[in-house]
Amino acid sequence: MALRHVDAVVIGSGAGGGIVAKELAAAGMTVVLLERGRWISPYECAKDDLRNQRTSVLGASFGPEDEGNPRVKVNRDGSEEIVYPSRGAYHNNAMCVGGGTASYGAMAWRFMAQDFRMRSIYGAVEGSTLEDWPISYDDLEPYYEKAEYELGVSGDVEPDPFKAPRRKPLPMPPLPPNLEYRILKPAALRLGLHPFDIPMLRNSVPYDGRGVCMRCRWCVGFACEVNAKNGTQNTVIPKALATGRCELRTRAVAREILLTAQGKARGVAYIDANDRLQEQTADLVVVSCGAIESARLLLNSKSRLFPRGIGNNYDWVGRNLQGHTYTGANGLLPFDCYDDLGPGAGIAICDYAHGNPGLVGGGMLCNEFIRLPYQYLGRMPPWVPAWGREHKDFVRKWYRRTINVQGPVQELPVFDSRVELDPKVKDRWGIPVARLSGYKHRHTLEIADFLSRRAEEWVKEAGAIRTWRRVPNDELSAGQHQAGTCRMGDDPKTSVVDRYCRVHEVENLYVVDASVHVTNGAFNPVLTIMAIAYWASAHILRTRS
Amino acid sequence: MAVSGGASSLACARAGRRWRFFTDEEAATAAAICDRIIPPDEDPGAVETGAVEFLDRQLKGHYRHWQQTYRRGLREIDEAARASYGRAFAALDEAEQLAMLREREKTPFFRLITDHTMQSFYGDPRHGGNRDFASWRMLGIANPPVRGRQQYDLRASK
Repeated sequence: MALRHVDAVVIGSGAGGGIVAKELAAAGMTVVLLERGRWISPYECAKDDLRNQRTSVLGASFGPEDEGNPRVKVNRDGSEEIVYPSRGAYHNNAMCVGGGTASYGAMAWRFMAQDFRMRSIYGAVEGSTLEDWPISYDDLEPYYEKAEYELGVSGDVEPDPFKAPRRKPLPMPPLPPNLEYRILKPAALRLGLHPFDIPMLRNSVPYDGRGVCMRCRWCVGFACEVNAKNGTQNTVIPKALATGRCELRTRAVAREILLTAQGKARGVAYIDANDRLQEQTADLVVVSCGAIESARLLLNSKSRLFPRGIGNNYDWVGRNLQGHTYTGANGLLPFDCYDDLGPGAGIAICDYAHGNPGLVGGGMLCNEFIRLPYQYLGRMPPWVPAWGREHKDFVRKWYRRTINVQGPVQELPVFDSRVELDPKVKDRWGIPVARLSGYKHRHTLEIADFLSRRAEEWVKEAGAIRTWRRVPNDELSAGQHQAGTCRMGDDPKTSVVDRYCRVHEVENLYVVDASVHVTNGAFNPVLTIMAIAYWASAHILRTRS
Repeated sequence: MAVSGGASSLACARAGRRWRFFTDEEAATAAAICDRIIPPDEDPGAVETGAVEFLDRQLKGHYRHWQQTYRRGLREIDEAARASYGRAFAALDEAEQLAMLREREKTPFFRLITDHTMQSFYGDPRHGGNRDFASWRMLGIANPPVRGRQQYDLRASK
């Protein structure tokens, strides 16, 4: 039996899709929201340090499962391997209601004004598709504000002199500082830097009917046990459902976008929770599956008009895959600096995000989220052996006396870092899987080197008696900050969607997630995804009436 | 029963399936490797806290893709020990074991078993390692974790 036709079908319930579904339903449209994962409840926090969405050595707790969901990784030497969701090379985000927002650390950054004009400010860079966004920070400002107020953000960015202009302060004050914060702040001030409280999608005071962070430090990778972390799953999606006009279908795996003979989107073919193929037709189709899966879905949607996948006639779908190159420094202090008080990360500086001589951009620096013992092993100093007596001794002695500052480098987009379809490997439903290949731009690593040295200065000033830097490799970047694969632009020949996230050649098909990011800022991208989702929704509603 | 020193206690294990994945010989070799990776000192080492049980359990679970890597890796080092020293790897003294492991430091198998032993020792005991929260006690980590910390601190500061 055919499913009832609706005004809009939204594929993916993460940061982008959750907001679009709510905006359209609240404005009176009928919406079906498809999610390939399931609901996660706060009771599933589990606090399992080896099986969560950040450290998934024993599995990714919020999906997808290792069985039946492979991807193919192409190594730099051209060899290939099949990778599973719990492996780093898979570049997993999450597959559940709320997407990554159910288990993220919840930093709520606005990009800086310069982040939208990278090409104008820094010029062309060889080997990079660096470009300006077709929209400016000013275009998005009201929508950043809407995201901050509708989902709830705490923090205090007023002391940051580098921030872009904003009309309203954040709706919630910051949480009180933890021990690292109290050590790092005076050190930053002595260096002439401008530290401030990181904006977070986390309740510091009761907000919108939910309670306050209990400061357990199990944030990134986990569901919040007291539901004080704000994602789409506990804010806009319940509001969308409450309109009575939005239906959420979980465990629904999109297979392809369906087109009419005239080249308009008419709906989506998906596999339901009982492994049956379904067709959901709609006047409007919104793709919000994350940068890897959105590109994969477009590429899997082949037709006479789009033999290489929908929106891909100029071969830009899946290109410019990027994320963030994390760098930083660690230091050993002669006293305890780790007090296990969540959310951990609290203090940041933007002094090195732009305006660094000889560099294209830069990065924000901040302290860390959790430090589970197994995670701590991942940042051991180079002078300590990887195993044996000395290794154990070091961990025992320094676990509570190591201070860490780190941050995301804004990456130079690379055309050859990309998502394709693998010609052979398919998932458990027979759908061709994502094939990931590429590398980081050389200059991205130069910026990382610079930023790690600044981080090292900060931890030294904080009293570190010995320091070491985190040096990234040149492997493909994507992961939980994946972006760039359906670039936004005015020219259909060099981009996939227009300034309102609409696929250039298909007037009723939108891509709303970090896929559209031209560049990915030097910040966790989620608030920008949310702002763009409000921006695109406003356009949809405007043009509909 | 806690496996202490590896070979001797394992040799005493009764016939029958003690392990899900390992043979007794493989378990003895794995135990010897684990205790060189995280040796006992003033705090317990890997084997005492259940590393072999952890590996055995995970190799039938999440580590199942690595079963052959383990089979081959354990056999290779044990055969090399017998060829060089005339004894099983587990029967070598500590210095001999360390010398053999250092030669294999960069091999995929040794990197894998090192990482997995760390997961066992430093990870949550619910997965079969870190018996009695040994490593967490070593690091001074509260268990069970303190919950409602904010309210707790606010009350203490009044």
